[in-house]
Amino acid sequence: MVSIATGSLAVRREQARERWLQKINADVYVTVGMGTCGLAAGAGDTLAAIEAELAKRNLNAVVGKVGCVGMCSYEPMVELQAGGKPRVNYGQATARNVPEIFASYFDGAPLRKSVVVGEVAPTVIQTNGRALHSLSFVDPESKEKTAFHQKQLRIVLSNCGLIDPESIDDYLALDGYKALETVLTEMTPEEVIEEVTRSGLRGRGGGGFPTGVKWGFARKTPKWPKYVICNADEGDPGAFMDRSVLEGDPHSVIEGMIIAGYAIGAETGYIYCRAEYPLAIRRLEIALAQARELGLLGEDILGSGFGFNILIKEGAGAFVCGEETALMASIQGERGQPWPRPPYPAVSGLWGRPSNVNNVKSYAYTPRIIRLGAEWFKNLGTEGSPGTAVFALTGMVNRTGLVEVPMGITLREIIYDVGGGISLGKKFKAVQTGGPLGGCLPEAHLNTPVDFDSLRAAGAVMGSGGMIVADETTCMVEFAKYFMQFVCDESCGKCPPCRIGSTRMLEILERITAGEGELEDLDEIRRLATGMEKGSLCALGQLAPSPVISTLRHFEEEYRAHIEDRRCPAGKCRALITYEIVADLCTGCMVCMRNCPSNAISGEKRQPHVIDPELCERCGLCMEVCKFDAIIVW
Amino acid sequence: MDVTLTINGQKVTVPDGSTILEAARYAGISIPTLCHHPDLTNVGACRMCVVSVERARGLQTACTTPVFEGMVVDTESEDARETRKFVLEMLLTDHPNDCMVCEVNGDCELQDLVYDYGVAWPEHRGVRHSYEADPDPNPFIFIDRNKCILCSRCIRACDEIQNRDVWNFAYRGFKTKLVAGADQFLLDARCESCGQCVAYCPVGALYDKMSLGAGRVSQLTKVRTTCSYCGVGCNFDLNVRDGVIVRVTSAHDAPVNGMSLCVKGRYGYDYVHHPDRLTRPLVRAKWLGAEQVEEQVANGNWQIATVAEKYVQPPASGPQPSISDGTFIQTDWDTALDVVARKFTEVKKAHGGDAFAVFASAKCTNEENYLFNKFTRQVLGTNNIDHCARL
Ligand SMILES: Cc1cc2nc3c(=O)[nH]c(=O)nc-3n(C[C@H](O)[C@H](O)[C@H](O)COP(=O)(O)O)c2cc1C
Ligand code: SF4
Ligand code: SF4
Ligand code: SF4
Ligand code: FES
Repeated sequence: MVSIATGSLAVRREQARERWLQKINADVYVTVGMGTCGLAAGAGDTLAAIEAELAKRNLNAVVGKVGCVGMCSYEPMVELQAGGKPRVNYGQATARNVPEIFASYFDGAPLRKSVVVGEVAPTVIQTNGRALHSLSFVDPESKEKTAFHQKQLRIVLSNCGLIDPESIDDYLALDGYKALETVLTEMTPEEVIEEVTRSGLRGRGGGGFPTGVKWGFARKTPKWPKYVICNADEGDPGAFMDRSVLEGDPHSVIEGMIIAGYAIGAETGYIYCRAEYPLAIRRLEIALAQARELGLLGEDILGSGFGFNILIKEGAGAFVCGEETALMASIQGERGQPWPRPPYPAVSGLWGRPSNVNNVKSYAYTPRIIRLGAEWFKNLGTEGSPGTAVFALTGMVNRTGLVEVPMGITLREIIYDVGGGISLGKKFKAVQTGGPLGGCLPEAHLNTPVDFDSLRAAGAVMGSGGMIVADETTCMVEFAKYFMQFVCDESCGKCPPCRIGSTRMLEILERITAGEGELEDLDEIRRLATGMEKGSLCALGQLAPSPVISTLRHFEEEYRAHIEDRRCPAGKCRALITYEIVADLCTGCMVCMRNCPSNAISGEKRQPHVIDPELCERCGLCMEVCKFDAIIVW
Repeated sequence: MDVTLTINGQKVTVPDGSTILEAARYAGISIPTLCHHPDLTNVGACRMCVVSVERARGLQTACTTPVFEGMVVDTESEDARETRKFVLEMLLTDHPNDCMVCEVNGDCELQDLVYDYGVAWPEHRGVRHSYEADPDPNPFIFIDRNKCILCSRCIRACDEIQNRDVWNFAYRGFKTKLVAGADQFLLDARCESCGQCVAYCPVGALYDKMSLGAGRVSQLTKVRTTCSYCGVGCNFDLNVRDGVIVRVTSAHDAPVNGMSLCVKGRYGYDYVHHPDRLTRPLVRAKWLGAEQVEEQVANGNWQIATVAEKYVQPPASGPQPSISDGTFIQTDWDTALDVVARKFTEVKKAHGGDAFAVFASAKCTNEENYLFNKFTRQVLGTNNIDHCARL
């Protein structure tokens, strides 16, 4: 039986769908990627330039602001479609390039090839007669999917870059809130939990705990009120998957949270979003207001008798507040420090009440799972890790960005096929997954499938989705030191193993990179790591040694070179390197001499120059400015 | 409902909801702790109480982990012992090595555990904190943050027991620092100088300022007493050295107040040895009779007291001042009470009981006030009695 309320939603959806079709089939349809990434690259100016260009050309266009499509190295991004012409996506569409892009699209004028990303080929995933719309791009000539998209499968990111995140109608038009309707009108809470459990969805916040099982625990605890909490703290350096979802498709997270609320019996939800994400917070606020207006939040949702509300809590800038118990302490207005489990949040969480904490993506998957079915989801990815994995691919790869791939794809495929290999023609050295609490893997492990269990078995972790690629010029000791420094800054200070252990570990790494290391230090690192792993209260302290231990496992010889030979093989650690001018190559142009900040270089005009190692501060500026590659570091 | 578990091979039955620590203590098995205190909520911060639990992932903190039916706990597993040692060693790497001159030497939970676990002093080249000692002008609370192990017992004591919520941690990681208010002075951060935080500090980071250098536990004798300031009847221990009270410490088994004391009870003991303190009654000469006064002063039983500025004091030596009607004579208690009784009887005879009005004190115990009420109504014969607390 369909209630009046769901009936009126259906009417609204029909109108929304019509408007959506009108919009995408408009005479001229332009979209601009307006995520934080796009805006930072100048999308605001691009939009102004587009409007000016449209006015100049006297074009009556629909201009859509969309979220991020994930191709960070191409930002800002613009899509153009007019008449019967194919829809083309342009990268590096800065305000200055806009007239050129228009001239190319409308007048066939030549355009630098690098600007064209591809033709937009909207993908529709069909299953059980239901559809999931998504974006992908094909090469204009070969009509093949572009390399960046070939191996991707966008499910949780399907709406990102496609819809206007500030329009609930766009979301409704693409079947948004349909899952909620189904849940409220056709399913019992137990059935919802059963369906999510059957899908095999594992939490995307890092731990990979089965989401349905977690909901079941919270449902079972006979205490009220209960809370649904969305973890949008995303503090890993270089990670921005959750931000993109919140900025590009906020309603999917909200819909997932309402479904979770219905499943566990909660009436209140909190979104704990880091304050450094002002755009995400603004879009969430807009989306929440829209959902409230349509009666999708509030009392008696869609006439079901079930009521639910969502509040936003801004974080205060601590990585540890992403840890679920610290997060709840923070919501309670306390210092963001973890508390021990058990009792688990499902038994005693926020304000001592049963609470369910999930990651942004975990919630965003659930409406899709309800809509397209548990079977569909279970058959994606691997048996133990169904579905897709979202990574923020950064570091020394050609195409950095946000990628969503089926679980089980190898690291090699992500780095070489999606990421386009190592930038500047350098050689691959290691890839770090899981951020500062993850581990690094060397070349030999590149065929490791990317899923929760395989990564863990290989000594890295899935984490929440940071993937940093290091090339041959990276010093792995320094790499490890960077993460340990991060942990020292972000440790909450509550327990001694993490608070003091991380400081002692950092001190050792500092000594090694300063050329003052001793071989016993390596054993000391291992001993500290064991103490931290076993003794720390929360996963921050327990996992903090992983980057150090994994680099030590795979690159011990590099540590030993620092200690035994007082040498940094990657040429990075200042205390251990020497800059030298190769006399045969030096033309005596004097550029290095003029640039050296410590006056360490001497030499006559047109005579080979020399560097005084005593005065040299090893800043490497000379090497950068020498046009004749006459300066080497060793 | 009861739960039965096994700790170190021993079966223990405790109420559901107990922690491993409670169950172990109930069974007489000791587990080391630092941040735990039975009066305070458990936070699992210090990691000293870690134990191995069968089938659990990693070590569990005994102070926070609830027991369950069939749980199997090993409190002395190698992992647990090694981890405790590691924790102690880490704490020592950021602790001053000055037990020799530390106020709480011999009365320090950290020192005892370091001894029990045989942890050697860790020399290292890294950083140690060097905070200024005694940075706070509060006259009662001494702070040495270099000794602080960040267990948060003071924070919880002030918050949960005293309800003042003065302390908290500021900053993060190794820089985490115990601060009052927003890193202010105590008295600017709502501190009422009750000293609860000092009483709960397991180490020498917080100490009673009045007692600095006055003696350490092995030099002191504890004498249990009841506070003389008010009718609540708090118990505490006077710490006495060579007949002099040098410190007041809380007594956890005090029936009325436990560890709690107010600023007067904990720090107001200096009057005991004050030269201005009245220890014997003073009676005007005219109520005693000139003859008796002369005789008793001459044989040294009574003394002539002078009114020196604010206080009344017998002169130490030298020529005795002359005696007038109004001169205060320091007598014995029986004499003074006889005078009072005589005068009361006279008044009652002449004017009746209602000529009296009686005002009782909050400093008296309930028993004393009860007796005072009986005395007023039955002996003096009036209902004119009131109490200072009824304002
Ligand atoms: C130091 C630390 C930081 C974390 N940060 C995040 C985070 O930013 N986002 C997140 O979803 N989970 C984070 N987690 C994991 C959460 O504690 C929790 O496991 C997760 O939110 C559960 O959601 P899921 O079941 O959907 O994965 C962090 C954990 C630790 C120990
Ligand atoms: S492990 Fe680190 S972050 Fe976690 S509670 Fe301990 S000190 Fe805080
Ligand atoms: S003296 Fe009392 S009020 Fe002041 S900080 Fe300590 S416990 Fe709090
Ligand atoms: S001052 Fe004492 S009680 Fe307070 S945190 Fe430090 S060690 Fe613990
Ligand atoms: S006593 Fe249990 S963690 Fe401190």
